[in-house]
Amino acid sequence: MEEKSIEIKGLTKKYGGRIAVDNLNLTIDKGEIFGLLGPNGAGKSTTILMILGLTEVDSGSVKVCRIDSSRYPLEVKKKVGYLPEDVGFYNDYSGLQNLMYIARLNDIPEEGAKKAALDILAEVGLDDVMHNKVASYSRGMRQRLGLADVLIKNPEVIILDEPTLGLDPEGVKKFLQLIVRLSRKKGITVLFSSHHLHQIQQVCDRVGIFVKGKMLAEGKISSLAQQLFSKNAFTLEGVVSTVGQEDNSTLSLKELVQKMNSIPEVVHVEMKDSRFVVESHKDVSAELSRMVVQSGYGLNFLSKKEYGLDDIYHQYFQEDNNT
Amino acid sequence: MKNKVLRTEILKLKELKLRDWARQLHSFVFTGEDAKTDKGTFPWAPFKAMVQKEISDHFRNWRFIILFVIISLACMGTLFATLSDGMKAIAVDSSGNNFFFLNLFTKSNGTLPPFFGFVGFLGPLFGISLGFDAISSEQHRGTLSRVMAQPVPRDSILNAKFLAGIIVISVMFFTLSFLVLGAGLIAIGIPPTAEEFMRIMVYTVLSIVYVSFWLNLAILFSVRFKQSATSALLGIAVWLFFTIFYPLIANIIIKAYEPSKFASPRAIYFYEKLKFYLVQLMPNELFDGITSAILVPSVRSLGPLSMEQLQGAIPSSLPLGQSILLVWPQFTGLLALTLLCFLLSYVVFMRREIRSRG
Repeated sequence: MEEKSIEIKGLTKKYGGRIAVDNLNLTIDKGEIFGLLGPNGAGKSTTILMILGLTEVDSGSVKVCRIDSSRYPLEVKKKVGYLPEDVGFYNDYSGLQNLMYIARLNDIPEEGAKKAALDILAEVGLDDVMHNKVASYSRGMRQRLGLADVLIKNPEVIILDEPTLGLDPEGVKKFLQLIVRLSRKKGITVLFSSHHLHQIQQVCDRVGIFVKGKMLAEGKISSLAQQLFSKNAFTLEGVVSTVGQEDNSTLSLKELVQKMNSIPEVVHVEMKDSRFVVESHKDVSAELSRMVVQSGYGLNFLSKKEYGLDDIYHQYFQEDNNT
Repeated sequence: MKNKVLRTEILKLKELKLRDWARQLHSFVFTGEDAKTDKGTFPWAPFKAMVQKEISDHFRNWRFIILFVIISLACMGTLFATLSDGMKAIAVDSSGNNFFFLNLFTKSNGTLPPFFGFVGFLGPLFGISLGFDAISSEQHRGTLSRVMAQPVPRDSILNAKFLAGIIVISVMFFTLSFLVLGAGLIAIGIPPTAEEFMRIMVYTVLSIVYVSFWLNLAILFSVRFKQSATSALLGIAVWLFFTIFYPLIANIIIKAYEPSKFASPRAIYFYEKLKFYLVQLMPNELFDGITSAILVPSVRSLGPLSMEQLQGAIPSSLPLGQSILLVWPQFTGLLALTLLCFLLSYVVFMRREIRSRG
């Protein structure tokens, strides 16, 4: 049986009359990287605060490593490293001093802590600036120091709340790689909240889409796509060329569209100028390309559209808006 | 203004679900054998680290350094003003008062207020300046959620801030008292008596309590208000209210009850009592009472005395124990106010949701 790192059951949180988190159920396995995806104000941060016992739970329960966080928040905080969004440091202390302070708060013996701190700073790539004051750090450096902060207590679970906010693309890439590497190396469970689809897609094993306090869908990215686009699972996009093809064997574009529609399993064809989009139940790219060429057209390109989180997310969000 | 704050806090108190509290209490009491409970093993090392950090922050802070310099300069100034003129100010006393060292604290030659006046005046400012951004600045910098995500009890941060403040204040006041004592020793050439020394120590401890009241009030404001500026201004407003406006208001009320010249003794007594109790509401008045009773041993009552009570009294100074007994109600009052502020900060802070910023 696989061990559960985080178990959330029927979690609800209200602010006045507004429901921030609505009857949320979620389990995250040990060693898994879970992405919590949702727009701003969806209740991601609130959920995270409840996991840590930093805010009160209205109903339901949260268990982290089988410890109830609303009753024993201290025990949970010993096991969980939390990187708040837009984390702050004591600016007039150096990076190392900031880290050592957190080590002291975690009751880590001084000598061991110093060594661990140096190791971790080297790991996150801050060893050359660790004696500088944090005030002089860039955004990316602060974020990496935040990660060091989380790692110094040797956590079983890491919770990252919008960790890539405000980083440049290169910084984001490095940061995500760092997280994945550390998680795989030490078997740490990671809960990653973001509204950036691509980042989640890059690193997460499993994704939960969280809108207006509700978990709309949950699972692996590929299975999410299948669930959602089961009707027209394949979309092909292509451009035909008509230049220099003036002999009478050429069919008009209208006829071509009709012909495309006659391919079995094709559901919908859209043609605009020379660009076409074909939706179908199964992969028809081979038939399609042969047909285009036989019809006397040149095929400039034909590509299969992969469904990313983008589409999944938009689809869910649309559905949510419609209902 | 304070009343409004108080009212909102009382409302909040009512909102707290008593049932939840009872449940928590129940679970707290009846989970003795559960290994997961955090009671019993309070994490002292993290708390110590927090206090250390707060103290070193205070000492490195320009705000503290400037205030310390101002207060020490003021105290040294009064000391030298007192000691100049051939110590006339302290030596001349008709009532047979020969507490030279106490006079160093209470008398001056008129150019500057005496030492205790400065402490009474600047002490509150000092307390407010140490506490007004205690929590709000942490919240503003985003460090509060970072610290709260560590395995330390939530109240530790409040306790650490408060304890660090008290330690800093104590260091400062004892330094000042000993400096004045030392300067007096050099100038006068005779050592203080044991009684004088004890009185000065008691005075120092009580002034620490007084300043810690203001520190607590400032911490309460810093918990309640997100902007440090708001809490600083509110702290100063409360201080101004008590030092300037409240006496005015009290005067107006007292004027209304002023008895005629031919009123009965009972009416006059009632009037005097009213006058006394109205000003006793103010923390600075409580402290003034404490100061005068402790530093001037011949003071034998802080309230009105009837002729019967004065009959047969020997005009001499009281021993230290009696002086302390005299100010005990005032001291208790100050302590109660301090604890009240602390309690309110607790109530507001413990149920607060801690977001990263703002």
